Amino acid sequence: MMEMPVVPFLIIFPVVMACLMYVARAENVRRVLAFCGAIVIMGASIVLAVQWFMNGKEVMTLYHETEVADHCILVAEILLMCVVTFLSFKYRKYWISLLSIFPTCAMVWYELAESGKNQQFLLRSNISASVAAIDPACHIYIDRLTILMCLIIGIIGGLIAIYAIGYMQGYHNHHKDVENRSHYFMMILFLFLGAMYGFVLSESLLWIDFFWELTSVCSFLLIGYTREKEAVHNSFRALWMNLFGGCALAVGIIYFAISERTVSLHVLVKMGEEGNNIATIAIALIAFAALTKAAQLPFSTWLIGAMVAPTPSSALLHSATMVKAGIYVLFRLSPAMHGTTTGTMIAFVGGFTFLITSLMAIAQSDGKKVLAFSTISNLGLMVACAGVGHPETIWAGVFLMIFHAISKSLLFQDVGATENSLHSRDVEDMHGLIYILPRLGMFMFIGIAGMFLAPFGMLISKWSALRASVDERNIILVLFIVFGSATTSLYWTKWMGKLVSHTHLTEAKMNDVTKPTEMISLSVHAVMMVLLCMLFPLLSTIYVSPLIKDMFGEAAGVLPDNILIMLVAIILLVFAVPIISFVYSRKMTFNRKGAYMNGVNTGDDRSFVDSFGERKTLWLSNHYYKDLVGSRKLMKPSQIFTLSVLIVMLVIIIGGAIV
Amino acid sequence: MTNMTQILLVVGYILLAPLIGGLLDGFDRKISARMQRRVGPPLLQPFYDVIKLFSKQVIIVSRSQIFFLLSYFVLIVLTGAMFFAGTDILLCFFVMSTGATFLYFAGMVTSTPYSTMGANRELIQMLAYEPAVLLTCVGFYLAEGTFNVGEIATSKYSAIMYLPGFFIAFVFILTIKMRKSPFDLSTSHHMHQELVKGLTTEMGARNLAIFQVTEWYENVFLLGVVGLYIINKSYYSLIAVAAVILVTYFLEILIDNTSARVKADTMIKLSWGVTIFTAGINLIILMIIK
Amino acid sequence: MANIKRSPWLLHYDGSSCNGCDIEVLACLTPVYDAERFGIMNTGDPMQADILLITGGINAQNQPTVKQLYEQMPRPKVVVAVGVCACTGGVFKECYNILGGADTTIPVDIYVPGCAARPQAIIDGIVKAVDLFQKRLEEHYAKKRGQGRNEVSANG
Repeated sequence: MMEMPVVPFLIIFPVVMACLMYVARAENVRRVLAFCGAIVIMGASIVLAVQWFMNGKEVMTLYHETEVADHCILVAEILLMCVVTFLSFKYRKYWISLLSIFPTCAMVWYELAESGKNQQFLLRSNISASVAAIDPACHIYIDRLTILMCLIIGIIGGLIAIYAIGYMQGYHNHHKDVENRSHYFMMILFLFLGAMYGFVLSESLLWIDFFWELTSVCSFLLIGYTREKEAVHNSFRALWMNLFGGCALAVGIIYFAISERTVSLHVLVKMGEEGNNIATIAIALIAFAALTKAAQLPFSTWLIGAMVAPTPSSALLHSATMVKAGIYVLFRLSPAMHGTTTGTMIAFVGGFTFLITSLMAIAQSDGKKVLAFSTISNLGLMVACAGVGHPETIWAGVFLMIFHAISKSLLFQDVGATENSLHSRDVEDMHGLIYILPRLGMFMFIGIAGMFLAPFGMLISKWSALRASVDERNIILVLFIVFGSATTSLYWTKWMGKLVSHTHLTEAKMNDVTKPTEMISLSVHAVMMVLLCMLFPLLSTIYVSPLIKDMFGEAAGVLPDNILIMLVAIILLVFAVPIISFVYSRKMTFNRKGAYMNGVNTGDDRSFVDSFGERKTLWLSNHYYKDLVGSRKLMKPSQIFTLSVLIVMLVIIIGGAIV
Repeated sequence: MTNMTQILLVVGYILLAPLIGGLLDGFDRKISARMQRRVGPPLLQPFYDVIKLFSKQVIIVSRSQIFFLLSYFVLIVLTGAMFFAGTDILLCFFVMSTGATFLYFAGMVTSTPYSTMGANRELIQMLAYEPAVLLTCVGFYLAEGTFNVGEIATSKYSAIMYLPGFFIAFVFILTIKMRKSPFDLSTSHHMHQELVKGLTTEMGARNLAIFQVTEWYENVFLLGVVGLYIINKSYYSLIAVAAVILVTYFLEILIDNTSARVKADTMIKLSWGVTIFTAGINLIILMIIK
Repeated sequence: MANIKRSPWLLHYDGSSCNGCDIEVLACLTPVYDAERFGIMNTGDPMQADILLITGGINAQNQPTVKQLYEQMPRPKVVVAVGVCACTGGVFKECYNILGGADTTIPVDIYVPGCAARPQAIIDGIVKAVDLFQKRLEEHYAKKRGQGRNEVSANG
């Protein structure tokens, strides 16, 4: 087995970059550094993927002896605890520090007192052959899912970092009241990427736990960037929810490690598949932790609160990192969740979140809020897919994850750039955006289309999620998906309609202040989005289906060949139709007429004569049904409902396993 | 299904659907008139209307509208063609909803009051019928074990044997999809002009003709789905298919003439309620027995 | 040449009238007179209308509205003035605000007299208008042919 130097590089380089960002106080130097650093990170992820492909696409297990690294991580973990405790005391949220102190102390105790006994695992006689086949001592594990995550983190995360360079400049021109701490912001951004790499590459549960805590703290620091009252409040909410999940994770890991004398993730999953009671409890706790990270109900509020931060951090939290960490863990656990109570719990909570938050999204008019609710809703669908734990649903879930990462990142960056030019991110103000800010409008259109319209991948994923949940005879999930996709279409279509409508006042173009770095990132995203749609069937056969085979040992017969071919045909047609109709309609001869306004149109279609004989401007608005489906009305009851479901289910699972 | 019949069906659909759709529309107007004790227009009146619309001066409010309308037209024809080619029914409905989205854009793009209000209501209509449409596909999959229209059509037993509840839900939302009273919120057919012509207010002459022809294509496709509930391997079932389609269509006309328009939220509550109640119960029973 | 006689769609505008004629216009569509026999439909939208049916006189306030509605109709189009007020201003002719009949604002093709005009007369007027409607389309095509094909003009 060859050593891969790029693996530690991926984890360490972003951390080095983070330090550099903090040190480089000169704006220009930092910008150049950040740009190069982001490119290097993107390149390194691609290098990792290529190297791994060259090596025969085999599962790789690396780093068996890691005493130095283990000690480093231990020290870092304690450091992290100190940071959280300090900040909790500084802002007088004393109890939150307990959520960090408890798991860290438990981890330290385990590492110092218990981990030496891990050799016993191999000596035990009662482990089954398939468990024994797993290498329990490795710390890094690379397979297709890891590579995919690395590519998402590297490419999307790298692009977001590039975007952030230009964005922060515009942000501070626009928000004079916020202290300019861009160096700090960029530092956390890079640190975050490093933590994510560590998280997806690790096989050791102890390492996973550390990187988990690190992402929680990074997101907390990003959300609180502006240090305004609301930002501080929201950041602490994000912190305690994620640390709470971290506690569950730590308890699960230590319980499993003490009982079974191993900290290998794959051993855990294999044992869970075989119905080991201890593994069942550990998996239930870890899955619960993943729910907090993936911002599922009842823990959704932290992600919505995260909107107060500058856009790159929202883009990062929503697309490439953080929430995807929760999904990643659930995907890893999914073979063990298939057909278990834990799986039912996760699938139910995910499906419920999918429906309820998509309803809440209808009532939002703030662009970023719509995006936030839609993220939670889409994550709900992915969580549900993982909970069902069927090869088909994981296939769907992986595609949902890919498409969601790209289009959400694109949309967040675009809304941010639009806000800098338009001075508003309200969907109502984006009326006719495609005419006044053509480039940003077009990107937004592509991004939204990617989220729900045929033939973009999201829809196909929904198709197969629906099929798999029928196969699994999961009635509730079928109903959630069916109604949830109707509500999802509603809020997206509503937004798209706003973009294409002719403008209220004037058709004159606005001054587009988008910086070149922002434009680079946006264009790359849009191109990736379109390419991915076209290459979607190819990606399925050469990558995602083998990935499913890695995980389940059987290939998912998701897309029969004839459907695959038809898909390509539809994709081409649906792309061609608007283009052809556009060209065709260009050639037509027209006679322009004023719009019908009961005969009192003042002549420009934008105003009419009112009953006093005066000119009145026309203003059109969408429906929002705030009283019917507003988050104020739905959030509390659904939180209480899901929380009680979770408590009852966890009691059943843990009680059932112990008794 | 062989390739030959597939091609024949698709070509037949593309050529004949507007004729059948137009004729059905003519019957609709004739029967409606008789229900109101009038003589009514000639049977071919819808064709006269469309011919006239095509020969009038082309007028527009916004240039982009025709582009969206044409996309709507092509996508709906594609939906029907895919359906009659016997491909995946879920994909058919996905393409249909993409088409419907383009219609929504055609209404929104003009940025004028009535058209926009109509488009908003069209969106609510989409919300109201989409769950039932998706559940229809789920039902077929459960009953026949496949999403493939060709295989469903040549199965041993008619799907309706397993799916009576789904059928009721589908016929219910058919009223919404065909924009008939009490759910004609978005376009207000006939002369009740609460929203002038709703979504179609800014469509004159040729644009309106395209919209009209697309509606015919869509209606034929939707009635085809109704037929899919009935059809089975035996050729005699085709007679039953024709009978059920005609009865369903008559039912729609009857509902159209005997009910007054409802509000949007009533529509959603009704259609979702009916969907959950009939299709939901049917789904539970089906999942237990199959 | 397309036969467009069989599908005349109406736009009904109520000017300064006493509403007598309006009631009669709507009566045309009831089962007793059933104007839909001739394919006549009452559409509320000028973009889709062929015949502008105007009742009541023109006053200072509704003049621009009438003009705009007429302009929004695609060609070929025909205007029918229904009732004596729409023809000449009728009993209101001397009022301070009345400008006169519909022809003070837009070109009127068919005059249907009566106070109020009877449904039979209104239907008769529409049927006459329909002939004119067809004739205008033919004239347009004849003109287009005369001009040659290169010149594209979709005007009726």
